[in-house]
Amino acid sequence: MGSSNSTLSKIPNLGRLIEETGFTPAHIKRLYKRFQALDKGNKGYLSPQDFGSVKELATNPIGDRIIGAFFSQGQETVDFHSFVRILAHFRPLDKNRAKRPDSPEPINSRISKLRFAFQLYDQDNDGKISRDELLQVLRTMLEMQVTEEQLESIADRTIQEADLDGDNAISFDEFRKSLEKVNIEHKMSSRFLH
Amino acid sequence: MGWFPSPFDNLLCMLLGISFTVWFTLLLVFIIVPAIFGVSFGIRRLCMKTLIKIFEWATLRIERGAKEKKHLLYKPYTNGIIAKEPTSLEEEIKEIRRSGSSRDLGAASQEFELSDIFYFCRRGMESIMDDEVTKRFSAEELESWNLLTRSNYNFQYISLRLTVLWGLGVLIRYGFLLPLRVTLAFTGVGLLVVLTTLVGCLPNGRMKSFLSEKIHLMCYRICVRALTAIITYHDSENKPKNGGICVANHTSPIDVIILASDGCYAMVGQIHGGLMGVIQRAMVKACPHIWFERSEVKDRHLVAKRLSDHAEDKTKLPILIFPEGTCINNTSVMMFKKGSFEIGATVYPVAIKYDPRFAEAFWNSSKFGMVNYLLRMMSSWAVVCSVWYLPPMHKEEGEDAVQFANRVKAAIARQGGLVDLLWDGGLKRDKVKDTFKEEQQKLYSKMLVGAQEDRSRS
Repeated sequence: MGSSNSTLSKIPNLGRLIEETGFTPAHIKRLYKRFQALDKGNKGYLSPQDFGSVKELATNPIGDRIIGAFFSQGQETVDFHSFVRILAHFRPLDKNRAKRPDSPEPINSRISKLRFAFQLYDQDNDGKISRDELLQVLRTMLEMQVTEEQLESIADRTIQEADLDGDNAISFDEFRKSLEKVNIEHKMSSRFLH
Repeated sequence: MGWFPSPFDNLLCMLLGISFTVWFTLLLVFIIVPAIFGVSFGIRRLCMKTLIKIFEWATLRIERGAKEKKHLLYKPYTNGIIAKEPTSLEEEIKEIRRSGSSRDLGAASQEFELSDIFYFCRRGMESIMDDEVTKRFSAEELESWNLLTRSNYNFQYISLRLTVLWGLGVLIRYGFLLPLRVTLAFTGVGLLVVLTTLVGCLPNGRMKSFLSEKIHLMCYRICVRALTAIITYHDSENKPKNGGICVANHTSPIDVIILASDGCYAMVGQIHGGLMGVIQRAMVKACPHIWFERSEVKDRHLVAKRLSDHAEDKTKLPILIFPEGTCINNTSVMMFKKGSFEIGATVYPVAIKYDPRFAEAFWNSSKFGMVNYLLRMMSSWAVVCSVWYLPPMHKEEGEDAVQFANRVKAAIARQGGLVDLLWDGGLKRDKVKDTFKEEQQKLYSKMLVGAQEDRSRS
């Protein structure tokens, strides 16, 4: 006979998680159930294969990169905390959250979302999107539908437009500037139900 | 010195004897005899109505109790954690670009932008949090608690009355219903094997088919009572006829018993060993079923030939097939395998919908084995379901097997109130085919390449 509170009590450091990510206890409980459902074999953590069982992710052209975002620092496992922290990037912005000057940047702020998207391009984490990295992304998004020349011309044009300091690569600042007008708060957020 | 039975022991033996006799008489009168003739006293429906009222009371009590103690209720029946936008790839990407670009909106805006990745990224994250397919392979979540611990999310010690009720439920289910049902199950299966073997000794002819029909129906009806299944059949005028193929959505092995207790079918399947094998071999003596050896199953031509041979012979019973190929949790209908739709026989679709309040009928084969599953079924309250016989369908001119299969699937989903999914039920175990990923890539490239060609032309 499980009780509703026993689920939440299984999660260590729940208070800190709520504070950091801004999810409500109800959301965290749902995410925990999802985590458990994905965790085949009840290991207590997720490995890349567990993500492979999400069928809709397998049809997403950048599915592998998204899975990679969970295992960013060369780790091979994701525990529940890291799982929730990554998903917290997609929370909508809190309009009435008072900005304290010494508090760390909230996970779902515009800058954090941009940084998350930047890392999807910048796979070697050197702070720049090189021409090769851009080509790689284009290749996974378009695969066999376009020729190599078309891919290269798209990549060249994109770098030309965004690159301001002429190093033939896109740094995070250049990335940010070129997406200044995009409504990132809306496009990189999911509508969470209550 | 021997053991002298005391008068007390005598009394005990007498009591036991009497209770067994009473037990079996009741069993015979109320269950087996009606099963033979296909009538019902209506006792089960009365119990069903009473149970529903009790469940609703139990749920209200839990909610009230939780509010009083200020506990958080886990509401499993909300539609997931996020609201999925039903917009298409093209619309979304156009919107992202429109907001970001101050340029003139013409063909020039149809080129790759760094922000395009946002769409795929967000969709990927949303599918990690909640996707349409994975949740079909685990049991459906209930709105009200049905006094079974296995479907319980919120129960704590809320009130004495609730606990007493739950305890009473356990007593009734395990102490009274379960032994009763197990007895009936053994009776039903035993009779089936013995009687079909006997009938198999008769020469082929009208007498044999008549008897075999009656025997099959009777034994399946006993099995139906062994599960306390309360079935409502709708539109019986559309029942499958000889020479046709009956297709239905698949939730559990019990589907077979439910359909076969209302009509005679030729079953299709693989020969198993053990008890199942014995039953299968006995059944085929009385009337022709289609059993395949394990090695023959892979040979699609052989399978198709045997099915079409059977369907062409109008004296043979309609074939019963579950085209999904695997058990789905009864909230949706997944892709139908096209094999049975290529044969060209008349298809009689049937929709089966279980009421999840009384028992979780879905067989999660990765979680429980068959015996475990049957025991769980027999220790639930009842199996309540509705069966709709849909009007027969034929393959139309210019329609291929896949389109025909999808048309039948849509009709079944609509009737049963299930979600119609394009996904393959085989995804329970297998990986997604790359063709799906290519679809997404095609859609996206159409947006870009079209623009590229315009540029190179101008």
